[in-house]
Amino acid sequence: MEFPEGLKYSKEHEWVLVEGKTATIGITEFAQEELGDIVYVELPEVGEKVVKDDPFGAVESVKAVSDVYAPVGGTVLEINDVLPDNPETINDDPYGDGWMIRVEMSDEDDLKDLMTAEEYAEYVEQQREDDDDEEEDDEAEDEEEE
Amino acid sequence: MVEFAGWEMPVQYRGVIDEHLAVRTRAGLFDVSHMGEIEIRGPGALELCQKLSANDVSRIKLRQAQYNLLINDQGGIVDDVIFYRIEPTAFFICVNASNSEKDYAWIQKQATGDVELENASSRYAQLALQGPLAEKILQPLTTLPLGDLKSFYFDWADVSSIRCLVARTGYTGEQGFELYCNSTDAESLWNALLQAGRPMGLEPAGLGARDTLRLEKAYPLYGHELDDTTTPLEAGLEWVTKLAKGPFIGREALLKQKAEGIHRTLVGLELVEPGIARSGYLLFKDGKSIGRVTSGTKSPTLGKAIAIAYVIIEEAAVGNTVEVEIRGRKVRAKIVSLPFYRR
Repeated sequence: MEFPEGLKYSKEHEWVLVEGKTATIGITEFAQEELGDIVYVELPEVGEKVVKDDPFGAVESVKAVSDVYAPVGGTVLEINDVLPDNPETINDDPYGDGWMIRVEMSDEDDLKDLMTAEEYAEYVEQQREDDDDEEEDDEAEDEEEE
Repeated sequence: MVEFAGWEMPVQYRGVIDEHLAVRTRAGLFDVSHMGEIEIRGPGALELCQKLSANDVSRIKLRQAQYNLLINDQGGIVDDVIFYRIEPTAFFICVNASNSEKDYAWIQKQATGDVELENASSRYAQLALQGPLAEKILQPLTTLPLGDLKSFYFDWADVSSIRCLVARTGYTGEQGFELYCNSTDAESLWNALLQAGRPMGLEPAGLGARDTLRLEKAYPLYGHELDDTTTPLEAGLEWVTKLAKGPFIGREALLKQKAEGIHRTLVGLELVEPGIARSGYLLFKDGKSIGRVTSGTKSPTLGKAIAIAYVIIEEAAVGNTVEVEIRGRKVRAKIVSLPFYRR
């Protein structure tokens, strides 16, 4: 699984590409894989304000809807208008053509608590281990019941 | 994998859409061993089955299956199930996993007369082979002439040397079979079917595809369209409800509801603006709340957002335009006839 260097990552599995005061935001390879086939994307409008850690949009698979949280706050400069008609672009190219919005950041301090690629890779690994532990716990419980 | 009613279940293998389309165009193999199985045997079996359920069990021939509903005193649905008449005086009932203990307790409580009950859920595994190529895939593995097996009939047969109950039933809207075998044989049966079917395009399919397939066909799912407080008359299941068959639990309540008329009914919705309606979303007409979505997705076959909903009877006409509240936004939807998909 790929986590490009040079991007910043959030605990909610969004990535941020910072260029000056502009932040491009999307969801990570891990997030798109967990969601499965993406069939609908909800995006804010250009000019809307997004608040750090609040949902700015949603991605939906056939099964479920998931909020996408703003890793940084600011004003929406641009949205990826390929996505409404081709939501599967996020599955195909989450870090490239599948970007979601560009934001003019209101506070660059927002970047401070985001993770580097290396930290995020570790974080994802940790989440997967937690999932496995849960499965093992469930099995242990089942055995107790029997 | 996801936990469901104590079972670790595969939601998807290659992806819900791929698996869904494989079932519609070729075939898919589902492991549905989580489904529960209850057996009722003995001279009093038919009478007990009649008392517990809405459909007319006396009409089931030997080796025939029947969709049926267990009903409570208020006319609400305890579970939706399939009855299999395995012997003249023995019935095998396939029940929903999440309800199997509730159902078994309910049946025990109502049991009178000379009957033996068994919750056989852990003894059986169930695989569903579904899709237009299902018969072509299965036939080389068994001597049972599948062409003679009509819809909602079953027989016992060896499939790849594994003893199975082979039923022409399903939950996808396609041709296909459901195979019950001993739990210990399930893995061998799965491998044999998959190996035989792979060259014809058979794909393993998970719970995700099972849900989108049944939704296109508007088959109800217990816990969504059906529960202890919804009645068959509201749920569009009057065709299963044989009020004239004689007494059964809940009949009085259903007769009363039929005479007074229902207040809500299940309808199909197609969204005419972007968005996807999900279970629990509210419906509005002219600002007034008129109902609630029970299931919704983007249909892989039709490429449209579809949903099933309970709507007050006054607003339930096909063609009526209503609004679904999707995450604070009102989205227009049209009431359409069901099912969304026909083979």
